Amino acid sequence: MAAVMSMEDIRTEATRLNIDLSSVDWASVRLPPGEDCGIISDDDDLHEEDSLEFDAGFGNIIIVDNLPVVPREKFEKLEGVVRKIYSQIGVIKENGLWMPVDEDTGKTRGYCFIEYNTPQENLQRWLTDEKGRDQFVIRAGSDTEVLWNDARQVKADPVYKRPFWTESFVQWSPLGTYLATVHRQGAAVWGGASTFNRLMRYAHPQVKLIDFSPGEKYLVTYSSHEPSNPRDTHRVVLNIFDVRTGKVMRDFKGSADEFAIGGTGGFSGVSWPVFKWGGGKEDKYFARMGKNVISVYDTETFGLIDKKSIKVDNVMDFSWSPTDPIFALFVPELGGGNQPARVSLFQIPSKVELRQKNLFSVSDCKMYWQSNGEYLAVKVDRYTKTKKSTYTGFELFRIKERDIPIEVFELDNKNDKVISFAWEPKGHRFAVIHGDNPRPDVSFYSVKGGKVLKLTTLKQKQANALFWSPSGRFIILAGLKGFNGQLEFYNVDELETMATAEHFMATDIEWDPTGRYVATSVTSVHEMENGFNIWSFNGKLLYRILKDHFFQFLWRPRPPSFLSPEKEEEIFKNLKKYSKKYDVQDQDISVLLSEQDREKRKQLKDDWERWVNEWKRYHEQEKMDRQMLRDGEASDVEEEYEAKEVEVEELLDVSEEIIQDA
Amino acid sequence: MRPILMKGHERPLTFLKYNRDGDLLFSCAKDHTPTVWFADNGERLGTYRGHNGAVWCCDVSRDSTRLITGSADQSAKLWDVKSGTQLFTFNFDSPARAVDFSVGDKLCVITTDPFMGLPSAIHVKRIAADPDEQMGESVLVLKGPQGRINRAVWGPLNRTIISAGEDAVIRIWDTETGKLLQENDKDVGHKKTITSLAKSTDASHFLTGSLDKSAKLWDSRSLTLIKTYVTERPVNAVAMSPLLNHVVLGGGQDASSVTTTDHRAGKFEAKFYDKILQEEIGGVKGHFGPINALAFNPDGKSFSSGGEDGYVRLHHFDPDYFKIPSI
Repeated sequence: MAAVMSMEDIRTEATRLNIDLSSVDWASVRLPPGEDCGIISDDDDLHEEDSLEFDAGFGNIIIVDNLPVVPREKFEKLEGVVRKIYSQIGVIKENGLWMPVDEDTGKTRGYCFIEYNTPQENLQRWLTDEKGRDQFVIRAGSDTEVLWNDARQVKADPVYKRPFWTESFVQWSPLGTYLATVHRQGAAVWGGASTFNRLMRYAHPQVKLIDFSPGEKYLVTYSSHEPSNPRDTHRVVLNIFDVRTGKVMRDFKGSADEFAIGGTGGFSGVSWPVFKWGGGKEDKYFARMGKNVISVYDTETFGLIDKKSIKVDNVMDFSWSPTDPIFALFVPELGGGNQPARVSLFQIPSKVELRQKNLFSVSDCKMYWQSNGEYLAVKVDRYTKTKKSTYTGFELFRIKERDIPIEVFELDNKNDKVISFAWEPKGHRFAVIHGDNPRPDVSFYSVKGGKVLKLTTLKQKQANALFWSPSGRFIILAGLKGFNGQLEFYNVDELETMATAEHFMATDIEWDPTGRYVATSVTSVHEMENGFNIWSFNGKLLYRILKDHFFQFLWRPRPPSFLSPEKEEEIFKNLKKYSKKYDVQDQDISVLLSEQDREKRKQLKDDWERWVNEWKRYHEQEKMDRQMLRDGEASDVEEEYEAKEVEVEELLDVSEEIIQDA
Repeated sequence: MRPILMKGHERPLTFLKYNRDGDLLFSCAKDHTPTVWFADNGERLGTYRGHNGAVWCCDVSRDSTRLITGSADQSAKLWDVKSGTQLFTFNFDSPARAVDFSVGDKLCVITTDPFMGLPSAIHVKRIAADPDEQMGESVLVLKGPQGRINRAVWGPLNRTIISAGEDAVIRIWDTETGKLLQENDKDVGHKKTITSLAKSTDASHFLTGSLDKSAKLWDSRSLTLIKTYVTERPVNAVAMSPLLNHVVLGGGQDASSVTTTDHRAGKFEAKFYDKILQEEIGGVKGHFGPINALAFNPDGKSFSSGGEDGYVRLHHFDPDYFKIPSI
């Protein structure tokens, strides 16, 4: 086996063997199957590669997985079948099919690589946009439309439009690969390199709701059916599909009661999603809450883990960590306070309780995970001694630290009502809107180093909702509903307001996946003002599009970046160096735009002049006719009159009176 | 620009008209008395009493001696502007809507609403120089359009009549033969009721406002669409500046669906657009109901708006307004 050589060594070696390196066709060099000659496979250091290079280099190679494992004798036959199936997609390159063989067993490894002459449809093509733009989908009236956000040109650039694309709503898959539409017969997903083709259909009559798993491997569909006997409850059907194959992996049927959230409240509806996905992007587990149980399933067997549910009496709510197979659950107080309320953390698949915290005189609990699963904040509403009112405190779990320490934290004025709470994505800060005033306060806290540290409090803000940028650091304090769409763009690093603005009547706010732009929209809950605005992260209004009957605005999500945190840090530090190239492009475009604008205006003005001149000509021609119609009154021109002052004396009344001499 | 608030009507305004000299402003409202004001200071000069229904429209002769009004009491009346006396009443079998004097003031077009099975109609009346000789007969009656005809005006040289209304179609009629000459191109035309129509000073082009939240500028002769102004609210009233390349659109949420939440929600602003670039320049706030009527003073230095709230607001432009760069 050859030792790994440096390029320098290779050159020396080549000269020694009298080989001209430049004449060697590297593409024709093929390693024998199963022999890697000590060369590290490209796959091993894939995560260090730039994603763009990955797309460029392997665009015409596909991997076929889940093939049967066959011994050498059947190798040819399998290859024939595979070749037959996959040559339907395109022309397979000569020697383009390679099925690796396990050295030890002499059997195939159950997968193969196929190289085509032309690149295959790349479902993630939109990510390779030269201008680095993001896409979004909008639904207005009967039309559904996908557009690029071309912020540099301050406009939206259409990609694909289709009337009656969906019968109720559309939804992107969590990594942005698919756009799902909902129809009477079922759901469908769409995608493709340049346009939107239907990739798969999922039959589910009268489907009402859909939900993707976080890694977009599975799709859960839900429908509820009117019972034949009105005294019965609704019948509920849930299907879990494999997104790629369209196969039903598991279905659940039952009465609405079974799928309604348990607990003492006695809710009548089903809270969506019924199944919550855990274990991060790998889509390993999904779970649902039933009466006194939490049922956790795994996606290998689509059965219950250990074939039984986790029994938790009176469980009210549970919530997965966004990254790890850990979930938190909340059990309310029982027996009039004899048994305290508690919050527990469970690990899956071991079902071990990692941490538990008992809480007293609790009225309600809400759980907020930080996006990296590092922190869990539990908002606890407790009764005051009189039991007449409640006050709020927080329990902060530091999940990644040993023994999961818990920090108890209260607001400066613990009687303040908490209106909204939000973690900084990937960060260690959180924001809270609190207060009873018509204009509440907004406070920022950091939990770095295990201590809760208040950063600042902004007094008297017109805000009732918080929207962190997906890359953290920036946040929008929004006053929706009662505040009519007040927006404050705030920089939490510098603790300063970047801009304040208003999108009158705004109902929805969504950051684009990169955190560069924000969309605020007025959907058809209001009659007027329907449409959306696109803002830069620092609160500059870029453009505004009005659409009647505006229903949905959704940014196309992006998969997580391939860059390591260190690399991101480095780019952030040397931003000037990296941004230079883009500054030049921006400059060019702005020059081009102003040029185009000038030209457009000139054109409009010229057109208008033409009209006016024509009208003037007509007006002149018809002068005599008009004069005639006016019985010879000479002119159309207003200015040809003289202002004369005329004194008119009018005698109103005359009376005579004799004035007596005194 | 501090507006002058003119409170003289008890019901929503319907129409505003300046005389040619621009010193008088005539206002019509759903109360029964059209009113004349000094266009300069907003002082009330007098009223025209005699109608027994909402007054929808009016026109004043070029020499400012005659006023004609169309009313829901199924009549149109001719008035002496100065004395306020009724000179003549044209009686119809259905409410009169739009009125317009021809060039030379010898003819007048009056539209009537569909009513009790009668279709809408456009009537042309001869206006006698001496009111004693005034006759009630129509010279011409045009029928055909479905629904109300909200506006009918004379085209260049009285050769045509331009009508528009509920069926969202603009029609040009020959005044000699009574034939329908043209209908606007449906693809580019309005999609909902046309509520208002304003001619340019030289009658070469006109502006229509519609409930489809847009206003459109048309050539009077060819009926070619020249410009479209898109707004966020139904348009009830339109006006064109005789001085600058500006158009004004007024309107707002339908009066019946105005909520009590916020006056900004209704969009009761008068919006100014650049006539050529079709871009919004600015807005004038003030009304707390939809704007139903707009008119420009013929000198282009002031304009007035009439609202569902019963007020007429008279605005004299600041010197800054005339510095707005065009292109």
